[in-house]
Amino acid sequence: MFRRERSIPLRCSAAALCNNLSVLQVPSRNLTHFGVVHGPSAQLLSAAPEGAPLAQRQLHAKEGAGVSPPLITQVHWCVLPFRVLLVLTSHRGIQMYESDGSVMVYWHALDSGDVSPVQAVFARGIASSGHFICVGTWSGRVLVFDIPAKGPNIVLSEELAGHQTSVTDIATEPAQGQDCMADMVTADDSGLLCVWRSGPEFKLMTQIPGFGVPCPSVQLWHGTVAAGYGDGQVRLYEASTGTLHVQISAHARAICALDLAPEVGKLLSAAEDTFVHIWKLSRSPKSGHTEVEHCHAECVPDTQVCGVRFCDPSGSSFAVTGYDLAEILRFSSV
Amino acid sequence: MSLRTLPLLFLNLGGEMLYILDQRLRAQNIPADKARKVLNDIISTMFNRKFMEELFKPQELYSKKALRTVYDRLAHASIMRLNQASMDKLYDLMTMAFKYQILLCPRPKDVLLITFNHLDAIKGFIQDSPAILHQVEETFRQLTEIYGALSAGEFQLIRQTLLIFFQDLHIRVSIFLKDRVQNSNGRFVLPVSGPVPWGTEVPGLIRMFNDKGKEVKKIEFKHGGHYVTAPKEGSFELYGDRVLKLGTNMYSMNRPVETHMSGASRNLASRTQESIAPNPLAKEELNFLARLMGGMEIKKPSGPEPGFRLNLFTTDEEEEQAALTRPEELSYEVLNIQATQDQQRNKELARIMGEFEVMDQPRQSASKGDDLLAMMDEL
Repeated sequence: MFRRERSIPLRCSAAALCNNLSVLQVPSRNLTHFGVVHGPSAQLLSAAPEGAPLAQRQLHAKEGAGVSPPLITQVHWCVLPFRVLLVLTSHRGIQMYESDGSVMVYWHALDSGDVSPVQAVFARGIASSGHFICVGTWSGRVLVFDIPAKGPNIVLSEELAGHQTSVTDIATEPAQGQDCMADMVTADDSGLLCVWRSGPEFKLMTQIPGFGVPCPSVQLWHGTVAAGYGDGQVRLYEASTGTLHVQISAHARAICALDLAPEVGKLLSAAEDTFVHIWKLSRSPKSGHTEVEHCHAECVPDTQVCGVRFCDPSGSSFAVTGYDLAEILRFSSV
Repeated sequence: MSLRTLPLLFLNLGGEMLYILDQRLRAQNIPADKARKVLNDIISTMFNRKFMEELFKPQELYSKKALRTVYDRLAHASIMRLNQASMDKLYDLMTMAFKYQILLCPRPKDVLLITFNHLDAIKGFIQDSPAILHQVEETFRQLTEIYGALSAGEFQLIRQTLLIFFQDLHIRVSIFLKDRVQNSNGRFVLPVSGPVPWGTEVPGLIRMFNDKGKEVKKIEFKHGGHYVTAPKEGSFELYGDRVLKLGTNMYSMNRPVETHMSGASRNLASRTQESIAPNPLAKEELNFLARLMGGMEIKKPSGPEPGFRLNLFTTDEEEEQAALTRPEELSYEVLNIQATQDQQRNKELARIMGEFEVMDQPRQSASKGDDLLAMMDEL
């Protein structure tokens, strides 16, 4: 059972974007950092378990030509081996900050090139793998940035081609040291998933075809891809082969966010149907296949949920954002 | 966000405007032939070919304030006149109605069915004018051509763009409150029952497969909602059953137009960015707006027919009261352009905006916004 905790007020409401919540846990200081996109701005704040928000900061996308200020598409903390960076994507480019958002260490402008004027240009989908940060783009390309242990000498090391439509989300997990281990998955607007092996050169391992519905959110757990789709389905695939093992008719509306508590194999799914579900993933000892059971359903009344994240590694608390809602809702198990 | 959003925003808000005007024209006992002419004039202006051409060009959305000026002009495309308070109320009702429809839209693609519901109803308003009917059907054809080919992902981007446009707008509307689809805090009720979107399965089932793709296990779980399968998909043809009711006319003689407005119903902490910061892009926006509205042809209320004033409130006193008590943060201040802080000049600009269609400037002039600003400086 989960109980509603005191919510955290936001200065601005959350925008209707998928994966619109990033959480960074700082156990040493018993703090949790939250990042939420409002639209033309994003808000960062930190909070102690019970307390009110301690510090707030607003970030903006770099201005450029255009009728209105550029909209932010996502903020996400990337935990690298030696540092933590906050990455902000927008319709203008990619901004990387020190983890508290105080200093921008890198800026990458999106080059619309010879793209037709009909196409909206943006970056979306952020994840880190080893000392790389990968960011998806409107064109389907995934940009791989090599991040030094410190300082601003960030370089674009590779551009990955695998998607024909806009990238929606990227998930990674620490490589397990084996060869041929798939440790990154990218998703796009057509529902196509690409499974990669990271390294000095990223290698495309397999592609899992979509079926015309966008896949707004993906996660990766022990070689299993969890994908949430626009038709409310959650599917679990074997990452290395692309074999479908589990199909859940999970939600009545489009799924907008998934999250994982890797220590315990718990999966969160949140959708526009106002529901958040918690699932327990496991490996069948007999067949070795991924299995799943439903653990908890939480309704957030009259809220089109747009972001959800676990707030601790054991999956005993989670936070939720909703469109038009100027607060972060928190739940913890009792 | 999506550069394909403006036509849908404009047509649906325009449809809502026509529903409200139609209801108020009847409630105010305007003679039927006069009312019909008013609607015909507005519809003809709204679907003007040149205006539609500009509208369908890929472009960003305007700010709420800028868009409001477009509807100000449109509402005055006939012999009917609305004063500031009634126009404010009209725009509030239009925007909240379309926000509701976008929020409840089952699949992002269904924003097209909502638009078709509006166009179907608009066609019903047109009487004895095959030419205007043809204009609307031409727009329908354009919509089908452009939007029929878009992917689910592109529609999702369009819906997100619309939701961001309507973000932080929580005006309470009495018809929604009475129907219990809006809460007293201005937020809409999201049902957890009824049909799921077309193509979506009723939630509650887990299926597991072996390596060969054979189903080996099936488990049910309790979702928490009470959904049923979608009966059928709405028709995207010119004529057809849209199935979806969102976007149809919800007003009737027994369900009059009313709004409650209260400063307390909005979250002051989440006021939109545009109202706080001076927008350095205002001039550029004005350029776009001028180009768009250059295509809008306005009939002057001259000729044999005398004009009349439409009131969105039950009595003139109510209207006056609304003008006085309207919360400042809801004030649109017709085109409050930051190029000048002077109230007097804003009024002058509004006057120019109101007349510039008649000035017959060369339509291709890309610097119309510059011209407008230059004129402001001369004032």
